[in-house]
Amino acid sequence: MNPQLTRRRFIKGVIASGAAATTTATWYSATGQSRPSGFVERLVRINVNGQIRNVDVEPQETLASTLRYKLGLTGTKLGCNRGECGACTVLVNDVPTYACSVLTHSMKSGRIETVEGLESANGELHPVQQAFVEELSPQCGYCTPGQVMAAVGLLRANPNPSREEARHALSGNICRCGSYDSYLDGVMRATELTG
Amino acid sequence: MAYMHIGKDFTPPDVPGKVTGRIKYAEDYTREGMVYARLLTSPIPHARVVDIDASEALEMEGVLGMLTADDCYPDGEPQSTGLKMLTNEPTLVGEPILAIAAVDEKTAETAISKISVTFERLPFVLDPLDSLQPDGADAYNGGNTFVFRQGFAEEKWSSDQVASFRAGNEPTAEPQQTVAYGDLEASFSESSYVYEGTFTNAGYPHMSMEPRSALAYWEDGKLYLHGGSQSLTAFADGIAGVIGVPKEDLVFVNAATGGGFGQRARAGSIPVYGVPAKLSQKINRPVMMRVTREEEFTIGGARQGLTGWIKVGFKPDGVMAACDLWIVSDNGGKGGGADAYSAADCISVLYQADAVRFRGTAIGTNTAHRGAQRGPGQNQIAPIISPILDVAADELGISRFDIRKINTPMNGDVGGPQRTPFTSAYMPEALELAAEKFGWEERQSRRRQTNGSKVIGLGIGQGYHNAGRSGMDGIVMMGADGRLKVHNGVGNLGTYSYASTSRAAAEVLKMPWERVDIITGRTDLHLPITSPQDGSNSIFTNTRTFYGAAQDMLAKMKEIAANDLGGAVEDYDISNERVHQISDETVGMTFAEVAARGIEIGGKYTGSAELPEELAEWTQIAVSRLAGTGFMGVFHDPQHEGNPPGFTVTCIEIELDKETGKYEILDLINVAESGTIMHPKGMENQLVGGAVWGIGLSGYERHLYDPQNGMPASTGYWQSKVPTYLDTPVKIQTGWVDLPDPENPVGARGVGEPAQGSVSAALTAAITDALDGHIFGASPITADMIINHVAGTTENSVPLAQNNFRG
Ligand code: FES
Ligand code: FES
Repeated sequence: MNPQLTRRRFIKGVIASGAAATTTATWYSATGQSRPSGFVERLVRINVNGQIRNVDVEPQETLASTLRYKLGLTGTKLGCNRGECGACTVLVNDVPTYACSVLTHSMKSGRIETVEGLESANGELHPVQQAFVEELSPQCGYCTPGQVMAAVGLLRANPNPSREEARHALSGNICRCGSYDSYLDGVMRATELTG
Repeated sequence: MAYMHIGKDFTPPDVPGKVTGRIKYAEDYTREGMVYARLLTSPIPHARVVDIDASEALEMEGVLGMLTADDCYPDGEPQSTGLKMLTNEPTLVGEPILAIAAVDEKTAETAISKISVTFERLPFVLDPLDSLQPDGADAYNGGNTFVFRQGFAEEKWSSDQVASFRAGNEPTAEPQQTVAYGDLEASFSESSYVYEGTFTNAGYPHMSMEPRSALAYWEDGKLYLHGGSQSLTAFADGIAGVIGVPKEDLVFVNAATGGGFGQRARAGSIPVYGVPAKLSQKINRPVMMRVTREEEFTIGGARQGLTGWIKVGFKPDGVMAACDLWIVSDNGGKGGGADAYSAADCISVLYQADAVRFRGTAIGTNTAHRGAQRGPGQNQIAPIISPILDVAADELGISRFDIRKINTPMNGDVGGPQRTPFTSAYMPEALELAAEKFGWEERQSRRRQTNGSKVIGLGIGQGYHNAGRSGMDGIVMMGADGRLKVHNGVGNLGTYSYASTSRAAAEVLKMPWERVDIITGRTDLHLPITSPQDGSNSIFTNTRTFYGAAQDMLAKMKEIAANDLGGAVEDYDISNERVHQISDETVGMTFAEVAARGIEIGGKYTGSAELPEELAEWTQIAVSRLAGTGFMGVFHDPQHEGNPPGFTVTCIEIELDKETGKYEILDLINVAESGTIMHPKGMENQLVGGAVWGIGLSGYERHLYDPQNGMPASTGYWQSKVPTYLDTPVKIQTGWVDLPDPENPVGARGVGEPAQGSVSAALTAAITDALDGHIFGASPITADMIINHVAGTTENSVPLAQNNFRG
């Protein structure tokens, strides 16, 4: 063995490693499916995009998980699944909310809106979506649904925000492509479209 | 030149899908019978797997199978650097050891918790300088460095040599690589100002927003792989080899990729896609492997860290006489990256030094795997060299703008240790434009103005990356409906270059954009080979190919018209989707008619004969499948001459608070010099996105490791901080020079990477300026470093910092 071992306080030889240490991250502990055995799914009624949806939900299932994997609403993205990035932003009673960080069970009285619910019945884009198209706000687009929902939430609360206000309102949404400037252009354009 | 499409804004066809959430990324797909894979990863930075006991796990209900390195590499793991699908020889924490497939992820994770892996711990190292010590640990099995075509080797310095370098002196050890031009000694002797010092660039993770989740299934002997990559066909061409499936049997589905900044360009950077592919083959079920943010940190790759020594000499007139650069690169746990050489290349190009010497040694550490990341090398050196130029300018009594003008590359110049001529270079124009739009001169009166604890700093910086390749293929098709179909293998990573490059074909055929279809998103739509979309090359490289393919179609149209309607090919031109005689426009055929006629004739008109000989194997497969199905234009692009550069210039004004070490960017302009502008809004996006990356490089991003156990401490967005809305200016100004490059048919070159470098250069220069010319010689410069400097405290105790002298 390398003499470096002693200095580095390596544990010499062979160790058996338990699985708790061997996997760096679980998927379903975050999405609510690593529940103790014996728990069962419960049927809950949630209001998603104006429709009442009955869905079997596990005790610790996150809203993002329900939306994506039970209801097929894959517009809500998961960038981190732990409240760091904002890719999963939806509106709950008009308030931008990280869908990865709230439990579906807590949504029973909430009015949930996802990016899929924004277009009008005739397929017209929401002004924020239209403005984001016109300003070419997205780059890779992975953060875009979250940015759209954060912007819609802002404009409902404040229809005429300043660029500075918009910057703060959207600051919980990371864009690794760095398209912040283009998203802010989009928000400001949306305020014009909504008049 | 007046264009129909080039230089005009348009809406790329995928944008509505991005704002509605309808566009699908790999993890958005499902497949009937789909099951789920989870990874067991190494908890140890350097180890050997002695035994895997998965008996209990495999007996669990719902568990469908396991994949190990032995399955992936039945003849033994490759004994070279580079990520592997799975390994029994992990060299970093988080490296995938095995995968379990189960009916759901919960079952897969529970099964993993029942697997016992016996590891033999091996010595690990986190800092390349520690590894260079005579008794330093080696990151790899067989050494701490990898020599091309020779294998692993051990590179050691004496303790004195390491200590001397750590103390800030020129390394005295023998470098692995030396490249030089000019008379270094003579050039330094002509210098009236010489700067000498050490520097560090922290490595940091790629962290694209979409983790590398993938879905794989096999049908009729074909592998269908849904993944995300920067490049579509270039990646597919490579990943076929990594997985071991014939190219013609792979369908790579990739309509959109959630961000790519170098580490998702090449197949070698995502071998983990082989895991669902091989598991699916083994258990005969579709396999979805979702990747967590923490896993993404490990398998997603990182920028190389650099630890260097630099000596730069300037003549009395401000000319950079010589630059001597010695860099120890941190190659991480899997090797990879040639950033150090590119750093020297960048200095040579941007400042046209009379003499340059680069010496470098690349050493492995048991940290994240490294590879190309937005301006690999060029962008790390940008924040190091820019403040040096400023201090030299102040010393020599030259303005900071003028010292850049004095040293600027321009048309007719050569650059880099290979002394390669530029295809064109308009850096002086870019400098002037940036300075003028920013009001650089007028703002000088604000320089170092104070307001309480706050002080104004001004910075100017330049960025460079080689921005163009050649030698790829293009295919365009037309059916009897007369619509132009551009078969485009360029990936959709967010730059919209898949659409911009298609417009070169539309331009040639003067087609209205609404009559053009871009055929892309999955390789069974028969797409030609492209170059990997790294190195800012896509626009230059692939406008050449699609322009060429459309020219081939145009020539064939004229041939058919001349044959059918009389006259010579030269007598014909096109307009309004018709090919017609120049002298009498009524004599002609519509594109729909000529396409139908071509299909009727067949042969070379439908790709069934007389194909360019040099087509890549991948393109040959695509052409053979398209042959006879439509009127075809096909082209193999010959090599171009010279170095097509991408340049940017940035000016920044900051207000730095000496009490908190924080600063606000009050104003920032990022100006491009990248030939003809294809798509102004796309260009703006590259410039503002690059700016955010530059702010991250200069101020925030670094990965950290626990030195005791080698555990990564920065696996998330909040730990390895990506700049947010609030770290970036309220508004970023942009601009461009827009002069055509002669080696590209529409004059375009790329810009993605320099857009970061110049911002990092300018921001670091502004910080230096605000602190009266203090050179940190580091990226990032964090708030604590600024506070320590202001307080006069030495900043050598950052317990978790890596790849730098502060560790
Ligand atoms: S996925 Fe919810 S905050 Fe990142
Ligand atoms: S557009 Fe790519 S992460 Fe925001």
